Amino acid sequence: MRMSIDHQSVLSQPSALEFKSSTFSVPVLVLSSNDMADIAQHLQDKIQKAPEFFKNSPIVFDLQELNRRNLEIDVDQLVDLLKQNGLLPIGVRGGNNAQNQTALELAIPLHSAQTSAPAKPQSPPKTVSPPAPEPAALSTAALLITQPVRSGQRVYAHGDLVILAQVSAGAEIMAEGNIHVYAPLRGRALAGVQGDLDSRIFCFDLQAELVSVAGHYKISEDLDDSVRGKPVQIYLQEQSLIIKDL
Amino acid sequence: MARIIVVTSGKGGVGKTTTSAAIAMGLAKRGHKTAVIDFDVGLRNLDLIMGCERRVVYDFVNVINGEATLNQALIRDKHCNNLYILPASQTRDKDALNAEGVGRVLEELAKDFKYIVCDSPAGIEKGAHLAMYYADDAFVVTNPEVSSVRDSDRMLGLLSSKSRRAEQSLEPIKEYLLLTRYSPDRVKLGEMLSVDDVQEILSLHLLGVVPESKSVLNASNSGIPVILDEKSDAGQAYMDIVGRYLGEDRPHRFIEEKKGLFGKLFGSK
Repeated sequence: MRMSIDHQSVLSQPSALEFKSSTFSVPVLVLSSNDMADIAQHLQDKIQKAPEFFKNSPIVFDLQELNRRNLEIDVDQLVDLLKQNGLLPIGVRGGNNAQNQTALELAIPLHSAQTSAPAKPQSPPKTVSPPAPEPAALSTAALLITQPVRSGQRVYAHGDLVILAQVSAGAEIMAEGNIHVYAPLRGRALAGVQGDLDSRIFCFDLQAELVSVAGHYKISEDLDDSVRGKPVQIYLQEQSLIIKDL
Repeated sequence: MARIIVVTSGKGGVGKTTTSAAIAMGLAKRGHKTAVIDFDVGLRNLDLIMGCERRVVYDFVNVINGEATLNQALIRDKHCNNLYILPASQTRDKDALNAEGVGRVLEELAKDFKYIVCDSPAGIEKGAHLAMYYADDAFVVTNPEVSSVRDSDRMLGLLSSKSRRAEQSLEPIKEYLLLTRYSPDRVKLGEMLSVDDVQEILSLHLLGVVPESKSVLNASNSGIPVILDEKSDAGQAYMDIVGRYLGEDRPHRFIEEKKGLFGKLFGSK
């Protein structure tokens, strides 16, 4: 699910406020078990793989599957569990009336479940209509950055991320797809942050603080001297992170 | 059009105020009407470096709050008629500044002045943010050591994302690197990062290198900007910097370069 946000304008015009429409990318937690202990265990496993990514991450939980199978779940407990794991629940979808009511009492907004299901092509209309611009295509197009990514800056790409300038120490670049850096990479680079095991990181000069593919990471200290400062690609092979000369 | 220059660094103690005083004086000496503003509310220092601490009546916060006019608060420099100082308040804190008020003061100054130099406080909080928010040019003051370089890098990130020019998608702030407290001897011994090292990390246009110098401390103590000490290496370095900023082509000095690219080494003491 997506929503977007503009730069917070701390220093704005005289008007005290302004409503803007925005899109964010928010992870959705789809539950298929109502066993709290089971959920807790799996959640912790996932989070341990990319603690930085999940830290204070907003999350929407999806109860559609549970309700389809008539499995009851205590929304109150679930929200507590998410919070205990450092997640910030910001929405529920696919809940029944009682669940939705509980969510609202916890100030958690309801989201329509329809957006979730991969839109099944409904009986295609025979009339030829101009192809509507695909919002999905927009989000997965590569994000191109030509300016240096400085310490303290974060860049998130929904698809591939291509950076033509250096990434400083203390900067963080993340992509759901591949990452290319055609300059020194000194910060943190996380590819496949939504779990794409086939994503890779390519860089001209590896000096990174941390590299990660789909949650499997290596920190600077673990980087071999033979690859440091070299042009490399980084990918997953049977659960382990391979760093190889280009 | 007035140019607003912010002198910033992130880290404290690297020479922001010394630099602000020197370049403001340098620009004024070159015939440009210049104002220099102390944004370090609560830790007022610029007036000491400029030697006008005994003539402060009203300050920046008074002007923002409408308790004094700009003309009442501006102090004309003793050495140069083209230079005016707007001191910070010592009794208030950074929260006394607000974006709208700062914008108003800068707009009013811009009618009258060619250059407005904003002396940023250390840190990346409100005072520093407001000092750089309206800037056209940024002088990033960096010492040749890792923590200062890291902080400068952070500040450069903020300049390119949290400034007025960034928020309104205007032409980005022009960023210049000033490497201060540079000691070629210590670079040679490996105790300090070299100009090349810093350039490699920050990849920024180098406006000048100011050598570590006793004359800076003497100048601060006597309240005379070091650029007026024409015999000192630091004073000459700042004059070069002002010249280069104004578009002159001056070779870099005070760098003992292994490759000999940057030319001659002036006496380093």
